[in-house]
Amino acid sequence: MGLLSKKEAGLVLDPLADNNPITIQVLGICSALAITAELKASIVMAVSVMFVLAMGNVVISLMRNIIPSKIRIIVQLVVVATLVIIVDQVLRAFAYELSKTLSVFVGLIITNCIIMGRFEAFALANGPWRSFLDGIGNSLGYGIILVIIGFFRELLGSGTLLGFKVLGDPIAKTGLYSFGYENNGFMIIPPAALIVVGIIIWVQRSRNPSLVEEN
Amino acid sequence: MLEHIELFFRSIFIDNMVFAVFLGMCSYLAVSKKVATAVGLGAAVIFVLAVTVPLNWLLDQYLLRDGALVWLGPEYADYNLSFLSFILFIATIATMVQLVEIVVEKFSPSLYNQLGIFLPLIAVNCAILGGSLFMQSRDIQTLGLAFNYGISSGIGWFLAILAIAAIREKIRYSNVPAPLRGLGITFIITGLMGIGFQSFGGMLTGGDEAPAEEETTTVQKIEKEEGEINKEIDENEVSYNDILNK
Repeated sequence: MGLLSKKEAGLVLDPLADNNPITIQVLGICSALAITAELKASIVMAVSVMFVLAMGNVVISLMRNIIPSKIRIIVQLVVVATLVIIVDQVLRAFAYELSKTLSVFVGLIITNCIIMGRFEAFALANGPWRSFLDGIGNSLGYGIILVIIGFFRELLGSGTLLGFKVLGDPIAKTGLYSFGYENNGFMIIPPAALIVVGIIIWVQRSRNPSLVEEN
Repeated sequence: MLEHIELFFRSIFIDNMVFAVFLGMCSYLAVSKKVATAVGLGAAVIFVLAVTVPLNWLLDQYLLRDGALVWLGPEYADYNLSFLSFILFIATIATMVQLVEIVVEKFSPSLYNQLGIFLPLIAVNCAILGGSLFMQSRDIQTLGLAFNYGISSGIGWFLAILAIAAIREKIRYSNVPAPLRGLGITFIITGLMGIGFQSFGGMLTGGDEAPAEEETTTVQKIEKEEGEINKEIDENEVSYNDILNK
């Protein structure tokens, strides 16, 4: 790539698969599970986290030499909280219905472990441009899992994608429903998300046996 | 009294922090390999929730919500500072965690040795901030209820991490498919436990007709058991009515 050196491209691409924040680093699970019943909410959540993580990484990286290490957690929390307030206000202004669906989970981006984890592990030790790329990469890795979960839960649970009835109309019995297909109500309830993540982890580790852990 | 009992059981079983809203999953997954450490973290979560939820309730009631500043004078009635709630809540939590750590270290070194290593982890545990945010969005009415909500949702989280830690200690002797070992199987078990916990949903609401009857029966039971307290409350209500009538 002309724009990015090989190392910098690695920062963006590694978290997408073999160093994924959700399935490998086990960070930021809370929000990944609660809001993925619909694809749209998953995408909005992924974009919000991307904004907060990339901007926060840049801010923390710029301030890394002047933050006293004893109070760094509080400084980090203040930076994240400010960015999250911006996201929340923007969502309320331009997508009110969606911000109702996400409810407290926008606020919970503050305590999303991915964000604190990347601040601690990366932004405090690296320059702003590399931190920005790291933020983009990790939030993409997070977003990809969210979109996969949201895709399957919405498709199998409600037979829609982004609100479009891709499998036909369940009431008028058109499309797939005319053959006796039924929506799987199980996918809508919250615990289904955990099982979908479990299956994603299963698939990923079967393809790459070096990731298998001890019991 | 009844609403306290209802809130207590509702936040432990029906709206369980882990199984219904997935809060605090990160530490739930990371610290659940042994029962002993799980108990330590669970106790610390109950403790911090019991302190921060009432505190944030006071902040919300007298500083943040629409018209909350009216106690300063009528000209402040139009202020709505609720957009500041994230930053104030998290600041309260971070400060309280630090404070609790110092106090516990000073007065009870043995408790500090058990809880101490977990306390810094707790500042960024979503269950704690989630407790305060749900307290705000569910519109909890009194300080007592907020305290109750903090403690009971902490107990719910404690139960969840205790259960999964016990299961994970046992599962070490089972032959799990290699790619599912560790994280994968923990997710699936949690999902199954979550489905189990869904069945508690019928505990308070019941069917369409049932809830009214159920509520009255519980009311009667409680009245029998704690008749004196209810009499006192009745007397108070009577006196209030008298005052109102006058």
